Amino acid sequence: MLNPNFKLNEKLFEEVVETRAVRDGFGQALLELGETNPNVVVLTADLSESTRCEQFAQKFPERFFEVGVAEQNMVAIAAGLAVSGKIPFASSYAVFSPGKNLETIRTTIACNGANVKIAGHHAGILTGPDGATHQATEDIAIMRTLPGMTIFSPCDVIEAKKVTLEAAKIDGPVYLRFSRAATPIITTNETPFDKNIQTFWEAESPKAVIFATGYLVYYALLAAKQLKESGTQVLVANVSTLKPVDEETIVKLAQQTGAVVTVEDHQIAGGLGGLIAEVLAKKLPTPIEFVGLKDTFAESGQPEELIKKYQLDDKAITNAVKRVILRS
Amino acid sequence: MNLELPEDKLKDLELKANQARQLVIEMLLEAGSGHSAGSLGMADIFTAFYFHILKHDPKDPNWVDRDRLILSNGHICPIRYALMAMSGYFPINELKTLRKIDSRLQGHPYRTLLPGLETTSGPLGEGISQAIGIALAAKLDRKNYHTYVIASDGEMEEGNTWEALMFAGKNRLNNLTLIIDRNNIQIDGFTEEVMPLEPLKNKIEAFNWHVLEVDGNNISAFVDAIRNAHAVFEKPTVIIANTIPGMGVSFMENKVDWHGKVPSSEQAKKAMIELKTLQGRINKN
Repeated sequence: MLNPNFKLNEKLFEEVVETRAVRDGFGQALLELGETNPNVVVLTADLSESTRCEQFAQKFPERFFEVGVAEQNMVAIAAGLAVSGKIPFASSYAVFSPGKNLETIRTTIACNGANVKIAGHHAGILTGPDGATHQATEDIAIMRTLPGMTIFSPCDVIEAKKVTLEAAKIDGPVYLRFSRAATPIITTNETPFDKNIQTFWEAESPKAVIFATGYLVYYALLAAKQLKESGTQVLVANVSTLKPVDEETIVKLAQQTGAVVTVEDHQIAGGLGGLIAEVLAKKLPTPIEFVGLKDTFAESGQPEELIKKYQLDDKAITNAVKRVILRS
Repeated sequence: MNLELPEDKLKDLELKANQARQLVIEMLLEAGSGHSAGSLGMADIFTAFYFHILKHDPKDPNWVDRDRLILSNGHICPIRYALMAMSGYFPINELKTLRKIDSRLQGHPYRTLLPGLETTSGPLGEGISQAIGIALAAKLDRKNYHTYVIASDGEMEEGNTWEALMFAGKNRLNNLTLIIDRNNIQIDGFTEEVMPLEPLKNKIEAFNWHVLEVDGNNISAFVDAIRNAHAVFEKPTVIIANTIPGMGVSFMENKVDWHGKVPSSEQAKKAMIELKTLQGRINKN
């Protein structure tokens, strides 16, 4: 059942669930930060509307910088602003930033200890019709290897706002991962934000734990509900902070269940799956099944079609749970 | 800003530049790897900055109103380290730790390790962008400090450089001055053979910058160019500083080979003799 401690959306399992794009939460948070923190500045590379910087730009024009189609310039300018005491949010699509920008981010932000927030929008295959060139499915892997980088991957629009506000409080580089399409609203304003992993779906004597990140937490919850109806109890854990890694909770939940499934709209290599496997290989070897992109690019299509074709949906998750329980 | 340079001060700066070159030779010999030609070629400009142009306080490297000097082509950091030590940021002895384990003097500048560095740099094409960020922050905070950024001619080949030039031109960042070390060499050969940059002046002018050209090994001419840059209010200024790579050591001057290598102990001895002879000559004048 949904964990009552987290005050999640009670209408989550109704036939029509309310949806909204996570990037809207980013835009709302920027506006709020603009009001409350004079050091917050925003940069974009010709994507102010689609990455939801437009309202900030209108309200705080002197703190908004349009760099044109020049993503490397954007993040390096942000680094200069940061070492001068500003808190820059550099907003673009994840395929470009961090995709195109890895070395610039590495040198001018990570090595430089610059307090820059990198917002990577349109991450994952939910970018849909634009096709594989615009679907960042390796950004977590890239950013996870940079020392000192914090990584947030919120599960819905409300959590997206919370992680953006949280990012401004952190003194150091942060990567914010946002998908494009409208996705189910899982949490509520009352849901407490925590950098530790939160068990959104709990059960007595669970046989497996599903670690999920981003909007796929919804599909993991659907799977948990279906599994319960067919007599299999599992846990669903929302991993919205991918770094620093909450090793303690990962080990605790693996120990409690003896079987693990990871779920992400990202390559399994280097993503959440890789991350969980690294922790458990070191601390508590446990059977794991991975739901994610299996060393393949996706293609153009509607989000729902892609989620199904690339086996990220509730059916794929349910099957992964069944497989891992057999191995445990 | 008063940057007048009387004869005796000029002579003092020339002697300091000579001392800095000697320190560079000693450092590179000790380190066993590094970049000789660019470091020697830029000795005069770095000396002019640290001992005449910059508003700074070595005892308070984070002073908020200090001028910012960004080095984009981080590989010539030995000359910056030499001038930082000479002006009191850290003891001269520490120069011997360049490129060694546990040192603050990394092979390429690492901001968080050494107070007085404004950025981490080395990978080319990123320094002008970072300097733009620093100059924008000055405008937002209504600060009067000036931001100077030194870049190499080779790194004009990086796309990011032109992204930055475009942005600074559009935004009329008159509190930003770029100095391009025009020494005509890069690792694989002469710039005009590897990837021609000329007409460099016209190209940058077309990006809405004020462009000056100067002899970068002439301290007095360089200081004049800086004064000229400060007098321009409607756009950022670039000073294309024509320098002689390896300047001061005859067998290194204008030799592409010396871009990325260091002297043997025999060569270092020869270089020191030449530099000390030059020092004597400056003293006599």
